Amino acid sequence: MAETVVLRADGLEKRYGARRVLRGLSFSLERGETAVVTGANGSGKTSLLRLLVGLAAPSGGALSVASPRGRIGFLGHEPLVYRELTALENLDLFGRLYRVGERRERIGMLLERFGLWDARNERVGEYSRGMSQRLALCRTLLHDPDLLVLDEPHTALDTEGAALVDAELATLSGERTIVVATHEPQRLSALATTTIALGR
Amino acid sequence: MSGYFSDVAALARKDLRLELRARDTLPAMLLFVLSTLVVFHFALPSESGDQAAYGLLWVALVFTALLGLGRAWVPEQEEGALDGLVLAPCDRSAIWLGKSLATLAFLVAAEAVALPAFALLFAALDLAAIAGVALASIGICTVGSLVAAMAAASRGREVILPLLFLPLAIPLVVGGVGSSVSADPGTYLAFLGLYDAVFAILSWAAFEYVVTE
Amino acid sequence: MRTANPSVPLLAAIAVALTGAAVVMVFFVAPEDVDQGISQRIFYVHVPIALTAYACFGLGAWKALRLLWTRGERYDLESYTAIHQGTIFGALTLLTGAIWAKASWGVWWLWSEDQLVLFLVLFLFYCAYFMLRFSLEPGARRERISAVYALFGVALIPVSFLAIRLAENFIHPTVFTRDGPQMDGSMFGAFCVAWAALLLLAYVMYRVELLGKRTDANLRLLRETLTS
Repeated sequence: MAETVVLRADGLEKRYGARRVLRGLSFSLERGETAVVTGANGSGKTSLLRLLVGLAAPSGGALSVASPRGRIGFLGHEPLVYRELTALENLDLFGRLYRVGERRERIGMLLERFGLWDARNERVGEYSRGMSQRLALCRTLLHDPDLLVLDEPHTALDTEGAALVDAELATLSGERTIVVATHEPQRLSALATTTIALGR
Repeated sequence: MSGYFSDVAALARKDLRLELRARDTLPAMLLFVLSTLVVFHFALPSESGDQAAYGLLWVALVFTALLGLGRAWVPEQEEGALDGLVLAPCDRSAIWLGKSLATLAFLVAAEAVALPAFALLFAALDLAAIAGVALASIGICTVGSLVAAMAAASRGREVILPLLFLPLAIPLVVGGVGSSVSADPGTYLAFLGLYDAVFAILSWAAFEYVVTE
Repeated sequence: MRTANPSVPLLAAIAVALTGAAVVMVFFVAPEDVDQGISQRIFYVHVPIALTAYACFGLGAWKALRLLWTRGERYDLESYTAIHQGTIFGALTLLTGAIWAKASWGVWWLWSEDQLVLFLVLFLFYCAYFMLRFSLEPGARRERISAVYALFGVALIPVSFLAIRLAENFIHPTVFTRDGPQMDGSMFGAFCVAWAALLLLAYVMYRVELLGKRTDANLRLLRETLTS
């Protein structure tokens, strides 16, 4: 695989029992590119993203991902955090697991950037849906990943939150490889270098 | 290697912190084991000797452990935190080990109440019996954490865990009761050690396959 | 469908022939046991059935290991089918064991019979296998979890056996002594034929069930592909 290719899929297929969700999908993504994944509900966007990060395994075809696990940042439908811990405790745990250097500073910086600093000692269970999403974004960016895989990052965010996401993506695109599944591809049209359209 | 154990420590600490905050599992286990012992008093006919009582102690311990195991992976299922752990670069077996250690801590805490209560209400417990409890607890938590993770992935959650766990727990009960009643507890303690070694290694190696696709 | 293995109808024919031979040998050729009489004949059925069940569980575990090792899709169905057969034979073991106990000593169950108790534990374990399997969504997750559980099953066999032996010291003392069958020539011959017949029978049933399940799965896949 060429040095610069971060993701390659060849005839990728995903099946759950008899139900085929992805079939014959092929694409390749180079370092620094931003791919937008579009498709109606149920077209397999979430399945594809889970395949890319390794939470699911392909049923057929080939998939190669150049980034090791610790260099991938994933934002899923759920925030992937512990409800009974505070934002600070959650990020501290994941910071340790991802071996984040200067953990405290980085956590502080991210919480501030996403407007959660004041709520840092509250249990995540008390957060609104928008705040959880912001925390999930902090968790995704905590270890400064090379490959970002985001499943509908604007979900549940107000205009301010969504603007933060857009700003973050704008900063990172070009340097990092980004894959975003979204209902609103026009929002990212300026950044996107490729579109992967999934359909039934 | 030090990374592995610091991951395990961070994960176990997280579980202890969660329990300290929510305070639902441990009190339930304590109350459950005490209630069960009282029920046993009424369930045992008056002529039954100490032997029967030791047997029932083990029934109480196994079902108390099941109570704890049933709740072990619940925090990971809310908000999809388990996916978060699986995505992390740490060894997947570290997730299992951290969880086993935390569950063991809760079980030992419950036993710290149950055993004196048992000695008070029924029959004395010697060193061999306590060693048996300790060894069996390790087996319960190591195998139990793995099996609980399987159950957590399934639809029929609460019901399936006892079905999966009880056949695996039978040897532990034999070892435990044997170390309490037998004249030669050494054999039973050695057997418990064997069980722990075999199934801990198996669980450690197999956990990866239970949480990934 | 070309396979390297001999065809199922041929194997089935051989199995039937062997079973016939076994019946003849067990009832007419092998000498009648002095102590237990005709009921001892059940022994020729009971023990081979038990051994066949072990073989099925072992096959299931082997296929499970292959699944985890190589991710080959076919191994999931093969493991599941082998365990299914093993459970059927396990149930038969318990049944024939109970009949034997009743015929020999007048009770339907003997806790002193190690093999029987072991099978009870295993039967419970493998029944839970099916409950687990049916409570999981079809997919790679279900395959892997089933495989891990199948492997735990074979690890449980020797450990449980040891446990049951140890338990005898403080559970019901052995009241009924059983003379382990010392088999002479013709008895041993009958036993081996019966065992071979049952193993082959189990294998034939395994192949037939596997064929059925594969066809079923392919049909579902085909239907899915055509309707979308």
